[in-house]
Amino acid sequence: MKILHSIFLIIVLAFSFASVSSMSLAVEPDEVLADPVLEKRARAISANLRCLVCQNQSIDDSNAPLAADLRVLVRERLVAGDSDVEVVEYTVARYGEYVLLKPVFKLHTILLWAGGPLILFIGLFFVFRIAKKQPAAKPVSKLSKQEQAVLDSLKE
Amino acid sequence: MYIEIGHFALILAFGISIAQAVLGLTFWRSGGHIAGYVKQAAILQFVLVAISFGVLIIAFTTSDFSLSLAAQHSHSLQPMIYKISSVWGNHEGSILLWVLILVLFGAAVAVFGRNIPNDLRTLVLSVQGVLSASFIGFSIFTSNAFTRLDPAPFEGRDLNPILQDVGLAIHPPLLYIGYVGFSVCFSFAIAALISGRIDAAWARWVRPWTVASWTFLTLGIAMGSYWAYYELGWGGWWFWDPVENASFMPWLAGTALMHSAIVMEKRSALKIWTIFLAIMTFSLSLLGAFLVRSGILTSVHAFASDPERGLVLLALLGVFIGGAFILFAMRASSLRAGGLFAPISREGALVLNNLFLASATAAVLIGTLYPLVLDALTGARISVGAPFFDLTFSILMIPLLIILPFGPFLSWKRADLIAITQRLAGAAALTILATIVVFILRGATISLAPIGFLLGFWVSFGAIADLVYRAKIGRSPFIKSIRKLFSLPKSIWATALAHFGMGICVLGIVSVSVGESENITTLKLGQSAELAGYSIEFVKAEELPGPNYKIAHFEFVVSDKKGNERLAVSEKRIYVASSMPTTEAGILTYGGLSQLYIAVGDADKDGNQVVRIWHKPYILLIWYGTIFMALAGFLSLSDRKLRIGAPKKAKTKNILKSKGAT
Repeated sequence: MKILHSIFLIIVLAFSFASVSSMSLAVEPDEVLADPVLEKRARAISANLRCLVCQNQSIDDSNAPLAADLRVLVRERLVAGDSDVEVVEYTVARYGEYVLLKPVFKLHTILLWAGGPLILFIGLFFVFRIAKKQPAAKPVSKLSKQEQAVLDSLKE
Repeated sequence: MYIEIGHFALILAFGISIAQAVLGLTFWRSGGHIAGYVKQAAILQFVLVAISFGVLIIAFTTSDFSLSLAAQHSHSLQPMIYKISSVWGNHEGSILLWVLILVLFGAAVAVFGRNIPNDLRTLVLSVQGVLSASFIGFSIFTSNAFTRLDPAPFEGRDLNPILQDVGLAIHPPLLYIGYVGFSVCFSFAIAALISGRIDAAWARWVRPWTVASWTFLTLGIAMGSYWAYYELGWGGWWFWDPVENASFMPWLAGTALMHSAIVMEKRSALKIWTIFLAIMTFSLSLLGAFLVRSGILTSVHAFASDPERGLVLLALLGVFIGGAFILFAMRASSLRAGGLFAPISREGALVLNNLFLASATAAVLIGTLYPLVLDALTGARISVGAPFFDLTFSILMIPLLIILPFGPFLSWKRADLIAITQRLAGAAALTILATIVVFILRGATISLAPIGFLLGFWVSFGAIADLVYRAKIGRSPFIKSIRKLFSLPKSIWATALAHFGMGICVLGIVSVSVGESENITTLKLGQSAELAGYSIEFVKAEELPGPNYKIAHFEFVVSDKKGNERLAVSEKRIYVASSMPTTEAGILTYGGLSQLYIAVGDADKDGNQVVRIWHKPYILLIWYGTIFMALAGFLSLSDRKLRIGAPKKAKTKNILKSKGAT
């Protein structure tokens, strides 16, 4: 039950499993809110919250009992009138940052967020430096009138 | 007895690989004799490992449970195909499959590398020898597949039910061919650094191996993704799971390598960078193997409690990657820089391609490792999941996809951007038109989706525009251009086909991401549910027997807008040996591209069956796109240019020699 993604774990470097893993079917019909707008918000929020007992799975995808509890909690807060941000803040206050699948942008996650673009800019910087060092390709001098005339005569 | 023969063959292969490595690395300069020995060693090694792998297959297919591995991961009732694939459905067996493919590539270099100079080939093979010695050693000493049981159990414990699928027969071998194929590029890079000689010819020898590995890795990842899609029961196809990332990073780096090797072959530029990428790509394959098998990512796995294997792998990883980069740092400066080029040129575009791919690889790598490192350093625990990767990865991919269609139009050294923009104007116009049509058909919504569709169409049409331009369609008589179109070099077709596949894949991804709809409900027999214009009626539920499982069988009649009815079968299986359940979703394809996906959950006492239905518009484009990419790879491999050696200056000596030989 623990991992929905287990299949991928196994497939990719096929090995044996100790824990029983099975099909996960996530959101149960009885959890779905009557109001489709609220339900849509609940789904969007759930997709960003981690199932705490799972491998790498949102509560929206997991059928672990804890994930179900959390889904219901999210929906309760929404019904009570919380905004999306308030719901997320509420869950983080209860379960810590670990619950967010998209980490917050803070001092300790700067490198995480900026790592890719940083590499890109460092790369661009070096490319430009090397490009500058290269002797600029000489502009091709235009043909003189005489030369052009010779060329034209040859073309004919 | 035969099992011991397999074990013995593997130990013999271990000895030969050490000899191959030591002999080759010590005497690579001394030419003919040593080159011959090393070549034969590589071939012999493959034969021996093939014997030991064959022994495992015999033991599994004959359900010989005196082999501990077969007793743990096989079952006598399994259909034959799963008995065979069970061999690599576990840690020990999959390591041996990895080794088998590694030595297969070594033997392939020995057999097909006739036009590679003796000293370079000897070096490449001896680096392969170091790799195979390490992994055969790892297999023998930490993950022995040949342990026997006495007395042998009467019945095996069965393969994990999720793995009892044709996917296991195809997916890991494809993926491993991809991963391990990059070892050849790695060995070529190390050989170039040791010998200090690297030129356009080197790039030409490396390219087919890169293209082949990339092609198989593409197929392997796509196959795995489709397997997850139909087997998991909720229609997800990519999860940014660390293990997926482990296969995706070598793919990204390999894609970059494939492009930079072109620059090196044609223009002798980007030498140092190409060497770096060749090392990096295989290092990422190894890193993936380590992350998954050491258990640091996946604490729920059986071998997580076995730190020995993890440590050995980490040590191997450190030696290979560390050693390679030390060598790189020492020798890279001795490689002479190659041809010059202006920023706006084919080379310039390929540099940009490499920059974006490399930073995307870095983003995925950082995202995968960051939580581990942060936890180890500060104890803070964070999660990095799909929403993070979706965002950071697409930010880096969008610019790449925008510039992609320009690439093939640019000429080497210096190009005219304005002229090229004019040539692409038709593709741009079609792109905008197609996106507008899509939005009129779907009903316009405010979202980021238009960017995705624009990009997908742009890349697809841009690839076609390249062919149209080169065949002079519309600028010369029609018959003539058609003839020209089919006489274009294979490399041009391969480029266009691969880029077209990329565009198609993007379209599929965007379409599913924005257009997917679902209906989660409970149905009684005879009741219907509606979704996306389809009506799904629950018509049948029964229990059926299977070969080594019991089946809960459900049937649905799906009628589309026109009233056509089709039957969808959804099953839940309980495996006898492990009493584990799996779900087989009922999947119907409409219009060749869109799918309706029906999965059944549990039923309550009153017979209300939980049913989940998804409509996945144009989802198959994702995999068709990857098939196009793989076809492009095979097309490129079939190019005769890659098989014949790089043009060599005729030397009287060589001619005399070859005359003497014949």
